[in-house]
Amino acid sequence: MKDLIRIKDLSVRFHTYEGIVHAIDDLELDIRQGETLGIVGETGSGKTMTALTILRLIPYPGKIESGSIIFLDTDRRREFDLLKLSEDKMRAIRGNKISMVFQEPGAALNPVYTIGDQISEVYLLHRRNELGHRAKQRVDNLLSDGGGPVASVKRPFWRWQRRLYNKISQESNPFEPRFLSHLPLFRRLLWRLKNEANLLAVDMLKDVEIPDAARVAIHYPHELSGGMKQRAVIAMALACSPDLLIADEPTTSLDVTIQAQMLELFRRIKTDRGASVLFITHNLGVASEVCDRVSVMYAGRNCEVASVKELFLHPSHPYTKALFDAVPMPGKELQTIPGELADPLNPPPGCRFHPRCPNAMPVCQQEKPKLKEISKDHMVTCHLF
Amino acid sequence: MTDWKFTVRQIAKNPLSVVGIIILMFFVVIAIFAPLIAPTPEGHLNPYMIPREGYSATPQPPSEEHIFGTTEGEYDIFYGVIWGTRSAFQVGLVVIGIVVTIGIILGSLAGYFGGVIDEVIMRITDIFLAFPALILAMAIVAVIGPSLRSVMIALTIVSWPSYARLIRGDILQVREEDYIEASRGIGASSGRIIIRHVLPNAIYPTLIMASLDIGAIVLSAAALSFLGLGAPEGYADWGQLTSFARNWIVGPYQNPLKYWYAVTIPGLFILFFVLGWNLLGDAFRDIFDPKLARR
Repeated sequence: MKDLIRIKDLSVRFHTYEGIVHAIDDLELDIRQGETLGIVGETGSGKTMTALTILRLIPYPGKIESGSIIFLDTDRRREFDLLKLSEDKMRAIRGNKISMVFQEPGAALNPVYTIGDQISEVYLLHRRNELGHRAKQRVDNLLSDGGGPVASVKRPFWRWQRRLYNKISQESNPFEPRFLSHLPLFRRLLWRLKNEANLLAVDMLKDVEIPDAARVAIHYPHELSGGMKQRAVIAMALACSPDLLIADEPTTSLDVTIQAQMLELFRRIKTDRGASVLFITHNLGVASEVCDRVSVMYAGRNCEVASVKELFLHPSHPYTKALFDAVPMPGKELQTIPGELADPLNPPPGCRFHPRCPNAMPVCQQEKPKLKEISKDHMVTCHLF
Repeated sequence: MTDWKFTVRQIAKNPLSVVGIIILMFFVVIAIFAPLIAPTPEGHLNPYMIPREGYSATPQPPSEEHIFGTTEGEYDIFYGVIWGTRSAFQVGLVVIGIVVTIGIILGSLAGYFGGVIDEVIMRITDIFLAFPALILAMAIVAVIGPSLRSVMIALTIVSWPSYARLIRGDILQVREEDYIEASRGIGASSGRIIIRHVLPNAIYPTLIMASLDIGAIVLSAAALSFLGLGAPEGYADWGQLTSFARNWIVGPYQNPLKYWYAVTIPGLFILFFVLGWNLLGDAFRDIFDPKLARR
């Protein structure tokens, strides 16, 4: 299978008053088409930063220092570097080709708009042509319908609307509708676009298994439960059938039964739509449930990338082993990893994990280990191998 | 429709805001029907200039011909307060409208983009805020020449900085919210994010402050008129009417309240107008607060 995204030598640093924060350091990662890749790691290990870097949404003092993120555009069968795109082109990709589900479903929805409005915004941003085409067909139906005396009065107006929607459906940013949409009252004339977007939004809500979708669409976020909100957020992310769905700890704030439903939903998304999913979590159990492959991150680097089975049966990196030992079990005293998470301001030289590593060797303090393949689908960043 | 009903119920719960709305409705009616309530005498060119009977300095008590009496210079007080309502609305609404617009534009640019833009805009507001508002307004009116328009210009110049500040603060808070990040994540542009996502969540405190401020603006305009920096002599304006009564606040030795009507009647109009807006500000808080659960 081909790689949808190939991240190479990626470094992200934050230039703060206290010094340079090494958020991501020489990261190498690839996401294949149609797979679910999990990123597992502690708080502050750079999981979310990796996701935001792919979307190029790093908050202010952060800067991408080096590296490349090669993205395979499946429509045009072309590869390009996301980090070299202009901001306008990047905007066309966000929400369209790559979209993101945020951790806190309540906070990711704007409190002043209904669920339907927020999902239809995605369509209005990225699917204008399609919406214009659908609206045109509606007007065509009206025109061919004949109708009574009222219709004959409205006919010239419908013809004008048809021309307008035709333009929207064919051109990328036609002048007339764009001009209208900037005028406060006249923008209502384009209501059919919004209407079509709303219909698509309701379909999308049905697709993420929300019962009574048409009614939920006119509700405000605070009127829904946490699980419903998370489904709505997922619907928003899936609206334009993205090639890559980034899910940033989508189950953390939900209770266990809803978590199970969400995991089921993510599995179905992958099989139905063939989309790749980048699933960020700090819960190893969740990762083993949904992921095909898992990458373990520590202090901005990945220690081990392997298929789920490989990783859980033969954890190789000392950090991964320590992580598995730290999973609480009944009747066993809780094992912790000695030491503290590496200070991102002053990361230890060489391997980031060596101050806490039971197998540390002299070479670990001097040389950064490279990602090495130790068996099929199993790569480790460690001098032991 | 249910939203509308809910809003009405919210307002009705607070009797003070109902009083505020009634007071303001009263003033709106006066302003609209001013030509019917106080008809302009024939041959009088500008309806906003108060008709006068003669040039006698002493105020005349209320009579059948002049319901509220006349003030210094034999200006008819009734005509003055009725047409003065129009001037008051004009000053209050126009100034607040311009001030809020400027405040929203500059405040949201500063708050959303931050960095150098923020620094420049905020330092300019600091300069304006460094002067006492009324003194700066007086200086501006003195420079461009006294008239109702220059009062409006002066009040606009002294009041926009606090609005820019207020809205910047709210935008700084809202732009950090997850749903702003999420709307960036669906590919919305900065302009769209500011107008559609940030402002609707940040604008309510500003609108509430604006409704409370209309009263204060009218009060400042009256103060400037009282100091002789407002409308030309004889223009229907509450501040000017109180200014005419300046020498007649206390009557002669035996009868100190002899000229009460000259200062009290325009004063009461100012008082109730400002009170009405302040009470309405509370009502707006009930209407606008999106965090009130709509049950």
